[in-house]
Amino acid sequence: MREIRELLVNKIKELLDNGTVDRVIGWKAGEFCYDVTPAIFTKDDSFDDFLFNGFCGANQSKYLIEETKAPGRDEPEKGKILVLLKPCDSYSFNQLIKEHRIDREKVYALGVPSKGMLDVNKLRNMGINGILGIEEDGDMVKVKTLYGDKEVARKDLILDRCRCCKGSKHVAYDELLIPEAEEWEKDTTDRFAEVEKLEQMSAEERFDFWRSQLSKCIRCNACRNVCPACSCRTCVFDNANSGVAAKVNADDFEENMFHIIRAWHVAGRCTDCGECSRVCPQNIPLHLLNRKFIKDMNELYGDFQAGDDTETKGPLTAFTKTDAEPSIVYSRGGDK
Amino acid sequence: MQRIGVFVCWCGTNIAATVDVAKVAETLKSEPGVVFATDYQYMCSASGQEIIKNAIKEHNLTGVVICSCSPRMHEATFRKTVQAAGINPYMLEIANIREQCSWIHKDKEEATEKAIILGRAAIAKVHLNAPLTSMESPVVKRALVIGGGIAGIQTALDIADAGFEVDIVEKQPTIGGKMAQLDKTFPTLDCAACILTPKMVDAGSNDKVNLYTYCEVDKVEGFVGNFKVTIKQKPRYVDATKCTGCGECTTKCPSRKNPNEFNMGFDNRGAVYIPFAQAVPKVATIDPDDCIYMKTGKCGLCAKVCTAGAINYEQKEEFITKEYGAIVVATGYNQIKPTEFEEYGYNNYKDVVTSLEFERLMNAAGPTGGHLLRPSNGKEPKKIVFVQCVGSRGQSCRDKSYCSKICCMYTAKHAMLVKDHYPDVDVTVFYIDVRTPGKNFDEFYRRAVEEFGVHYIKGMVGKVEEEDGVLKVQASDLLANAQIHMDADMVVLAAAIEPDKSARPLATMLTASMDTNDFFTEAHAKLRPVESPTAGIFLSGTCQGPKDIPETVSQASACAAKVIGLLAKDHLLCNPCVAHSNETLCNGCSTCANVCPYGAITYEDRLVMDKGVRETRRIAVVNEAVCQGCGACTVTCPSGAMDLKGFANRQIMAEVDAICR
Repeated sequence: MREIRELLVNKIKELLDNGTVDRVIGWKAGEFCYDVTPAIFTKDDSFDDFLFNGFCGANQSKYLIEETKAPGRDEPEKGKILVLLKPCDSYSFNQLIKEHRIDREKVYALGVPSKGMLDVNKLRNMGINGILGIEEDGDMVKVKTLYGDKEVARKDLILDRCRCCKGSKHVAYDELLIPEAEEWEKDTTDRFAEVEKLEQMSAEERFDFWRSQLSKCIRCNACRNVCPACSCRTCVFDNANSGVAAKVNADDFEENMFHIIRAWHVAGRCTDCGECSRVCPQNIPLHLLNRKFIKDMNELYGDFQAGDDTETKGPLTAFTKTDAEPSIVYSRGGDK
Repeated sequence: MQRIGVFVCWCGTNIAATVDVAKVAETLKSEPGVVFATDYQYMCSASGQEIIKNAIKEHNLTGVVICSCSPRMHEATFRKTVQAAGINPYMLEIANIREQCSWIHKDKEEATEKAIILGRAAIAKVHLNAPLTSMESPVVKRALVIGGGIAGIQTALDIADAGFEVDIVEKQPTIGGKMAQLDKTFPTLDCAACILTPKMVDAGSNDKVNLYTYCEVDKVEGFVGNFKVTIKQKPRYVDATKCTGCGECTTKCPSRKNPNEFNMGFDNRGAVYIPFAQAVPKVATIDPDDCIYMKTGKCGLCAKVCTAGAINYEQKEEFITKEYGAIVVATGYNQIKPTEFEEYGYNNYKDVVTSLEFERLMNAAGPTGGHLLRPSNGKEPKKIVFVQCVGSRGQSCRDKSYCSKICCMYTAKHAMLVKDHYPDVDVTVFYIDVRTPGKNFDEFYRRAVEEFGVHYIKGMVGKVEEEDGVLKVQASDLLANAQIHMDADMVVLAAAIEPDKSARPLATMLTASMDTNDFFTEAHAKLRPVESPTAGIFLSGTCQGPKDIPETVSQASACAAKVIGLLAKDHLLCNPCVAHSNETLCNGCSTCANVCPYGAITYEDRLVMDKGVRETRRIAVVNEAVCQGCGACTVTCPSGAMDLKGFANRQIMAEVDAICR
């Protein structure tokens, strides 16, 4: 990891120096070493606190909406911004270009490799607490804690979302940091296995499952704020005139509706980046709502991956003569 | 605060028998904003409308709720009523307490409660209604007729007669449709060709009628008065402008083993063919699947013999885009192939034929020159059995549930013609019911029985098997309560008719609705039988339901009258319930433009002031003349920037809230 970070920093400095870009969105540590947040660096900044490790899961695409928008009156025209896209981030990048939210001309996209991002909760579940520092070393992860040093196999810490990863290929970039990155080895899981489990439940069991999950929500809005598909200038939940905002705050059941409405709003545009579940402080498996939609759409309209390119219309906004008839949709799932 | 009047209609007993209308009016009176509520026997009648007008004036009403039948029935009526009393017509809401309430419930108490809830929802919506004004859109004075059978031809000729241009799109190489294949027509027994071919010639030579044969509708855009249609011209591999129809190529073509569709496969045609002698246009067509040259690159005989130089193996499909004010669907029917009805032996025995095949065997221009011969051995049949209702009026999955309507009459015709030409042939008809409503129809059937001695047996055939070249027919006679075993030389199956396969994808393109049998749905079964519920789409002939020729022709002319009524207008009032985008909420994401079926949404960069910041943004703009108010954009817009006038998100939400209260 250390070598790649060095390679990356050199590349960034080169692009800043030769004027290709005038700033870069990178990552730096937050309160804790595993609490990595995106940050903007310019030529004059020190790169000492620039991080690139297994906790740089944050998808940077969404920040480009703000960074590439037309300058306001009296504001100077900014130069290009460098964005560091992991393979999965590049799907969100494409999707936002498709939706005209990112000005592609103002971005230089550098594809960075990923061997799966890490989940600090998995360390905690192993009983490792008081974490002071984490160092990745090949297949192993060395953890410095208040209670001494621990060593864990890296593969045991991989985020669940990365275990059904879309692959090592970037779907959008101007340049690749490592041109021929190899597919990394992982214990793959079936992306839809959990959704299938939910589908097999009775309507009542499924209702109970979601009630118990969604009632944990504290409405911190982290899922919404991190989601690249949830990028409206004004969210319906923040718009008093929409009539939706007041409703979801009315009682705890209505609040559950927040997540369901959100899943509807991103359906067909969600790239399944999994950021919603990663950032949820209450560990609600929010991505399952989106995946259910993806699975249904794949079955009804053929396989579709949002953000695969910047042109193809999503299945819910494209109309073809072979589309499933509504009656077929009604006959699926649920108790009769 | 609105001043709302509520008017509850009894609709005679249609509503009043199931809904306590007085209670509905009384209860809704206490809803906020309601200053007047009453009930009346027929609210749509002149005196009912008078009650509404008087109440508007007397109580200074600003909004009106009418609890009655579906808005599809009388919304337009009541809009005129309130407008006459000085209220904007869009300040009216209709609560459908008939189709959605009284007709579908039995319990009066429950139905009354539901009617109150529906009324409450409409009141909640009226509170948020705003006056709307209609714009005008021009009408393109040209009609498109899809299908060139007798229905399409008649509609086109009538429209042309009124002075409007009309195009016929026909997927076959010639117009004429099924009627061209028929021998005689009931109940007068005139020859189909004698009455059809002059009309085909008229259509071909009329200045106002353009024929697009061997063409298909590829794409339909736009809306009533302003449709834009892309027509696909399939390659004929023959230059239609050069071909004289001499037929030299068709006789010289060495590829001879291609079943002749026009003769139901009883004989063969060349790879280059003219469907029949009276075809319009009389132009040859090459079937690339049969053509030796197209398959192997060797032959080219037709090109050599064509003195006009019309053969062009390189022809490609072409697309023609034209604008129309109205579209007529006349896609017609097909007779099912009774392959699933194995008991009748259609799959196994050549002498078991469908009635349309029988038409060709009887036709003077058919494969046998009109001499009725058994397909198996070419000998004259002595005994013929007709089986009615094959695939019609059934309950199993292989059956159509409907009556195909024409079979009773054409079977009587077939039986009569056989007896007329060959008096010594024994003819038996097995039937469930004989249905002969229609002018001179029953007389026609009785002639078959009484004058020509056709045996009619009430009962169905259970099995047909061949033994030594004789068809053994097992059947039941329901009146005699007996099993019948009978020999026959031919069995003729009156197989069901079904809409043409091209109808469903076409309906999707036209956003016209269909029933479960794929027949097009009319706007009103009784009062608007030739219009589709989709504005500007009209229905002619069997695409709407089984019909015989007299009925098809009258419907075709009725359809033409409706089209002429539309094309005679210079402008149409646009629906003012159109979409508009809120520039501060719009993300500029193009999702609405993607789903807009009318292409009404474009984007522009606009300076927007939002939350104290002025910035240039990509904003959706709706062309109100093109928008049809379908609302697809409003539901797909993630931020709620798109909204529909008259059906705003807030209004819908208010209705839902009122229902859930």
